[in-house]
Amino acid sequence: KRVRDTRTKLAPAYHLILEGILILWIIRLLFSKTYKLQERSDLTLKEKEELIEEWQPEPLVPPVPKDHPALNYNIVSGPPTHIITVNGKECINFASFNFLGLLNNEKVKSAAQASLKKYGVGTCGPRGFYGTFDVHLELEERLAKFMRTEEAIIYSYGFATIASAIPAYSKRGDIVFVDEAACFAIQKGLQASRSNIKLFKHNDMADLERLLKEQETEDQKNPRKARVTRRFIVVEGLYMNTGDICPLPELIKLKYKYKVRIFLEESLSFGVLGEHGRGITEHFGINRLSGQGYCFSASLPPLLAAAAIEALNIMEDSPDIFQTLRAKCERIHKALQGISGLKVVGESFSPALHLQLEESCGSRENDVKLLKRVVDYCMNSGIALTQARYLEKEEKCLPPPSIRVVITVEQTEQELDKAASLLKEAAQSVLN
Amino acid sequence: MTDLKYRLAPASEMSRYCFPNNAVSGDASRCVCLIDSSTVEEINHIVHNGGLYKRPFNEAFEETPMLVAVLTYVGYGVLTLFGYLRDFMRQWKIEKCQNATEREEQKDFVPLYQDFENFYNRNLYMRIRDSWNRPICSVPGAKVDMMERVSHDYNWTFTYTGRVIKDIINMGSYNYLGFAQKTGACQEAAAKVLSQYGAGVCSTRQEMGNLDKHEELEKLVARFLGVESAMAYGMGFATNSMNIPALVGKGCLILSDELNHASLVLGARLSGATIRIFKHNNMQSLEKLLKDAIVHGQPRTRRPWKKILILVEGIYSMEGSIVRLPEVIALKKKYKSYLYLDEAHSIGALGPSGRGVVEYFGLNPEDVDVMMGTFTKSFGAAGGYIGGKKELIDYLRTYSHSAAYATSMSPPVVEQIITSVKCIMGEDGTNIGRARVQQLAENTRYFRRRLKEMGFIIYGNEDSPVVPLMLYMPAKIGAFGREMLKRNIGVVVVGFPATPIIESRARFCLSAAHTKEMLDTALKEINEVGDLLQLKYSRRRLVPLLDRPFDETTYEETED
Repeated sequence: KRVRDTRTKLAPAYHLILEGILILWIIRLLFSKTYKLQERSDLTLKEKEELIEEWQPEPLVPPVPKDHPALNYNIVSGPPTHIITVNGKECINFASFNFLGLLNNEKVKSAAQASLKKYGVGTCGPRGFYGTFDVHLELEERLAKFMRTEEAIIYSYGFATIASAIPAYSKRGDIVFVDEAACFAIQKGLQASRSNIKLFKHNDMADLERLLKEQETEDQKNPRKARVTRRFIVVEGLYMNTGDICPLPELIKLKYKYKVRIFLEESLSFGVLGEHGRGITEHFGINRLSGQGYCFSASLPPLLAAAAIEALNIMEDSPDIFQTLRAKCERIHKALQGISGLKVVGESFSPALHLQLEESCGSRENDVKLLKRVVDYCMNSGIALTQARYLEKEEKCLPPPSIRVVITVEQTEQELDKAASLLKEAAQSVLN
Repeated sequence: MTDLKYRLAPASEMSRYCFPNNAVSGDASRCVCLIDSSTVEEINHIVHNGGLYKRPFNEAFEETPMLVAVLTYVGYGVLTLFGYLRDFMRQWKIEKCQNATEREEQKDFVPLYQDFENFYNRNLYMRIRDSWNRPICSVPGAKVDMMERVSHDYNWTFTYTGRVIKDIINMGSYNYLGFAQKTGACQEAAAKVLSQYGAGVCSTRQEMGNLDKHEELEKLVARFLGVESAMAYGMGFATNSMNIPALVGKGCLILSDELNHASLVLGARLSGATIRIFKHNNMQSLEKLLKDAIVHGQPRTRRPWKKILILVEGIYSMEGSIVRLPEVIALKKKYKSYLYLDEAHSIGALGPSGRGVVEYFGLNPEDVDVMMGTFTKSFGAAGGYIGGKKELIDYLRTYSHSAAYATSMSPPVVEQIITSVKCIMGEDGTNIGRARVQQLAENTRYFRRRLKEMGFIIYGNEDSPVVPLMLYMPAKIGAFGREMLKRNIGVVVVGFPATPIIESRARFCLSAAHTKEMLDTALKEINEVGDLLQLKYSRRRLVPLLDRPFDETTYEETED
């Protein structure tokens, strides 16, 4: 009895049980399979070489059918001005975005010539490394003054401007509300920024407000995160894909209500909207906010900067061209109404319109072919038009196929009427 | 009095410096390696690999001396401490705050710039900001005029005094063949086209923006490169960022060099493919990645990769190194992958007739699947191109982002390129092009040799016209730029984040337009400033060639 007492004093029951469990656990660990964290290949050298032999990659690019509509470019001989020679035929130009007719303007050309004589053609470097010329600085100053902002910067490539500006401000974790009809450059900028993208229906302020409210409730759950998450709305002044404008006053109201910043892309509305061509903010009578950014690539050739400065001079000196442009847009917008089979998409004062098929044939390919026949009919009769081109697989919300109609100040009223009647004829003969 | 001791590398060390036998089918047995037996580990090796390299490949990256590295870190530490102090003072309004601030109505918005993100910008970059964005007001040729600017508030704002500093020797612009001119055949042709066509196009290539001039340019570029077909774009950066996504997508693998340019990195990211990085110019690292990729397939699903694309550059502009193209092509053929070569800096600057790094190594342009380059550097214009097989270019004409959405190139710029390419090829009836290519090669070898003799640490390949001179310490970045400007020489200095934090450098870009006098003046001033700022870190000293100012080996002699 005494022996049993000493044993229980030395080792209580729970202790023994615990030790027993531990020993069993160690035995289990010793005999279980090891968990490999790193992939160690169990293949022999010969097997690896066989795999390397067998692997066949896809061809670098798939073959493109010879009659693909985007493969055969129109060849323009000579300058793409008001009268344009396309594929050997002389036509009136309704396809180049030359709204103010400045492509052939002698003052602009002579300013560019002077710059060419002084600086040569290229800048041979990015802005940071001796690529900043006094012309660039002057252009930026003039733009800032013209647009009534604190500062402005210029990029050498239109597509790259918005595609670089968005990721400069909006980073991973930030939230961007963008219109569905935003152009491809904006989409690429958003993709590069790695932010959370929320699409709202085109020009639908109720939809946008709903999304903003949802975001607000999310924020209230996590206020610390909300304090460092930046929020942006990206809209275009004049949408390239639909030809209408964004409702800027409502957007401003939403901006202050939900504390969001606005990115306004004005490649079409600059020089078009507003009394002096200052764009959509002048159209609605609103002030701008300031912005800054950076350039990473070779700067704009100085002759183009000089041409731009001269163009600004012209815009400031003769503000009546905007009225003239608007009147012409209204005229053709009215004239194009009522074409059987084609409907006009775009505001009446927009100089870039789309003509879409009222009824689709069923497939996009057939629609494109049909529109091509309309365009060819017009080209053969002396009006140069083009279809709006998209990368069909890459766009988020692919717009339907359409003919692009561009109005410039250089087109006379007879020419506008001729274009409208020709389109009517073409639609009649091709679509009926 | 040279420190170098030459010995033949034993077999065990050959795999470290030369090309291992089992990786490539080529005779590597005649590999001769020169190994410095002094304390500094500098690898300066000349590879005469019988089958692959037809010319010696001399590349050197001298290691940072220990004392210099320590002092650099100390320098950054002091700057950071001061940065915190200044931020503190700014927060408590002891010092005036000069940053961009919000408008009153937006004070409660989430701030655009987080405080810490901008720390480097506010406290380090701002101090030496005057070394960058220097405005010039003349053609960026061998000599340039600069607008004088002063700052009364430590570089927060600049004012222009109105004076112009004339005739600064320009060692910063990318003007390798000297085509940045305001007179001459190129400028006259561009002026004629400007008056005929105007300055703009106002449409995309696929719509109404395809001029006959563009077609002419593309045919010429294809002929120049020796490929079937080519396509030109308005911006070099955008050429990469908009075409790589058209070539590869999800399910593909991109193997990209460590030090690739931002445009290649952006293009690779936007494509959605998996990206793996191999060590800079290191063929063993690349081969390992290729082997692993094919053997193991895609991660987790183990499906085979759709295709593998290797992204390399001809000349890396921050290091001055040239890609090991023969080895890359051999690897590419063995593992059935595709090669994308970005010749932004090497087109026009390398090769006996200026056709780039492919000609420099004596290789066949058809071996490179996608040859990309820019017109900004050697042609004095703007824009980029891609050359390759006809199927590739047809595909890009249809599916490239730039062809569908971006405005096409401006006609006078196109004419400048056409004229300069014809000049380089010799088709304008003169010898100017060939002479310039040779002049650039001579300038390169002379300049590099003299700098090495003076005792600076120079990175990169012997034949690369981009010459990085190491500065290391943060204070010397600003000091070097300013001192050289005082002596009328314009240089480019680069620091973090374009380079690793302790390896800041000054980068010289040589040009065929630089005469020997200009180079000698520049070298004299660099020598002075180097002594003043104690920049001569190199532990190796080259024996100076006193009797021959120019190196004897020119391209004629090494042509096979």
